[in-house]
Amino acid sequence: MSTIHIKGGRLIDPSQGIDATLDLWLREKQVLAVGRDGPDQVDEVIDATGLIVCPGLIDCHVHLREPGNEEDETIATGADAALAGGVTTVACMPNTIPPLDTPGGVEYIVLQAKRAKKCNVYPVGAVSKGRSGSELAELGRLVEAGAVAFTDDGAPVANPALMKRALQYASMFDKVIMQHCQVMELTEGGVMNGGFQSMRLGIPGMPPEAEDIMVARDIRLAEVTGGRLHIQHISTARAVECVREGKRRGVRVTAEACPHHFTLTDDRLASFDSHFKMNPPLRTQSDVEAVIEGLTDGTIEVLSTDHAPHAPEKKARELNLAPFGIIGLETLVPLTISYLIEPGHLDWPTAIRMLTIAPAQLLGLEHRKGSLRPGFDADVTLLDPAARWVIDPSRSRSKSRNTPFGGWEVTGRAHTVIVNGEVRFRSGELTTS
Amino acid sequence: MSTVPASAATWTRRHLLGLEDLSAEEIIAILDTAESFAEVSDRPRKKVPALQGKVVFNLFFENSTRTRTSFSLAAKRLSADVQDFSASTSSLSKGESFIDTARNIEAMGSDVMIVRHSISGAPHLLSKHVRSSVINAGDGAHEHPTQGLLDLLTIRRKKGRIEGLTVGLVGDIAHSRVARSNIWGLTKLGAKVILCGPPTLVPRGFEQLGCEVAYHLDEVLPRLDVINVLRIQAERQQRGLFPSVSEYFYFYGVTQERILRSRPDVLLIAPGPINRGVELTPEVADGPNSAILDQVTNGLAVRMAVLYLVSGRAALANQPD
Repeated sequence: MSTIHIKGGRLIDPSQGIDATLDLWLREKQVLAVGRDGPDQVDEVIDATGLIVCPGLIDCHVHLREPGNEEDETIATGADAALAGGVTTVACMPNTIPPLDTPGGVEYIVLQAKRAKKCNVYPVGAVSKGRSGSELAELGRLVEAGAVAFTDDGAPVANPALMKRALQYASMFDKVIMQHCQVMELTEGGVMNGGFQSMRLGIPGMPPEAEDIMVARDIRLAEVTGGRLHIQHISTARAVECVREGKRRGVRVTAEACPHHFTLTDDRLASFDSHFKMNPPLRTQSDVEAVIEGLTDGTIEVLSTDHAPHAPEKKARELNLAPFGIIGLETLVPLTISYLIEPGHLDWPTAIRMLTIAPAQLLGLEHRKGSLRPGFDADVTLLDPAARWVIDPSRSRSKSRNTPFGGWEVTGRAHTVIVNGEVRFRSGELTTS
Repeated sequence: MSTVPASAATWTRRHLLGLEDLSAEEIIAILDTAESFAEVSDRPRKKVPALQGKVVFNLFFENSTRTRTSFSLAAKRLSADVQDFSASTSSLSKGESFIDTARNIEAMGSDVMIVRHSISGAPHLLSKHVRSSVINAGDGAHEHPTQGLLDLLTIRRKKGRIEGLTVGLVGDIAHSRVARSNIWGLTKLGAKVILCGPPTLVPRGFEQLGCEVAYHLDEVLPRLDVINVLRIQAERQQRGLFPSVSEYFYFYGVTQERILRSRPDVLLIAPGPINRGVELTPEVADGPNSAILDQVTNGLAVRMAVLYLVSGRAALANQPD
């Protein structure tokens, strides 16, 4: 039996209300103990002095592009990027080619992830067959194949009747419907946030009301069905307010925010650089402030990346023709520290909660992951909270390089990452083959 | 050239991507340089050796006849070698990227690339990947700087000044690159700009660019020194941005009656191509207030000036011997 003793670190586990200098013991694939006393016989001692020790980070919104777009990313390369970013578990989106709308498709992801043996990968199934928005996919069989949630991500479930049925039907399995909220008729042809900047630059806009209206609609549908609704990558002030108000009424609604939506604004598009093109688009300063406020007051409980790799030749096209999205797994931790923790918007335990137990609960993994309780999966992230470094896209572990954060000086990074009781990333190096 | 204005000697830009980036002084330097080139067109031998040995490529990724012809002629009058390239017959249709196409052209020895593209920012993207000077000949709905400059030159020549004038831009402002270049150029030189059209084509946000927004042409007409009529694309009506062409013409068409209710010396300009009977009537287009054909002539002088300035010859011409 292999036993790891992680000693001397600041152990933060929001699921147990722990924030103290405590040791952690892992045995085989499980957490053995947290505290000051543990077994004397250990196989490896990791000195975590000066580091933060927390449950392995969970990203509920990642695109791994396999199958179908392996030139952008594969399950193996995406999982490498996750490890390098301190993320031990990802939920991958079903907008692959073909989409994850069949048990075979979902099982393929599970199998490829096992073969890669990097981080934990949980597939999110499609809500509708072919992601076409017209007919429910076989949600129950997808659950049995391994799907942890459902979404037609990349496109919203536009038809309100189908969305209502999805919320009703998925509640049978207590699974959440994750929605990319957008009224497509209002965003058709859009490339950036619709507003002053798009008007100034002559770039087709995606107005904020396109998101606001869908968020409001879906919260109402969740309310009447009692289903679980998750708002993906929330980006507008009004949408944050809608979620806040929905929660006040007791609706089962959760929301996530991505680092680019709390660090960047739409005036960046003045450079016409496609690395600032994402969907939902970068919004205005007041939207950024609203997202941060939503994170601060608990309206938004999850941080995610919407890691969306695209090969360089695709992003190098003219702005309207370049695809939406940026990679994010390796910049999640430093941007969270530099732009949420350091300015005082979030304290460490709250930020760690948003990256661990909150996404675990969202995905129904809270009985195994997101916590360092004895018996839980031995997924642990050690963060160096003080490391100052400059983001260099060329050093990304992702197969793609599409980040707008190249050259940014940031604080904090993953130091050591343990998955299933094995050290898979240490001091900047992947330790898996 | 001995006639180059002194202000041109301070020109330092390698590209001309838009008027938003330029200072008032830089815009005036271009207009003054254009004035000095205008007389070339009146000579029996319409040619000067300013760009001899330089290679100018017309890269038109979107259809255009008059702008491309104007640039070609301007380059030829400066004695440059000019090569046209149009996307429809190019490798783009074989899947080659925009940047690779431009790099291949550069490998043939281009000094200046004149770029027209249907996507905003395309010339800006190109300017980061090539060593040649890039001149924006219209990008998406963003800017059309030489059109803006030739409008400014036409107004200045006809009115003797820009500062203090009130200029109305009438039509589809939201989708117009000409409108944006005009807004930047006119406001930087001290003119008041009134944008006029239905709210679906003239959103309120334009007020933040320092313009007045008006929806009723008849109410603003008496205040205008210049009416700049922008083209309405049939596609906009098909997308439901206004109910019909005839309703548009009823509210915004520049007719003889509207000219009669304007100031007697009101100047009418239009970037073209004009749709007679949609934006303005034939008698107005060809009438005494119209400077539409002067614009075309001035466009040549402006494009000669821009080519000359970005190619770095002005600084050389003004250096002491």
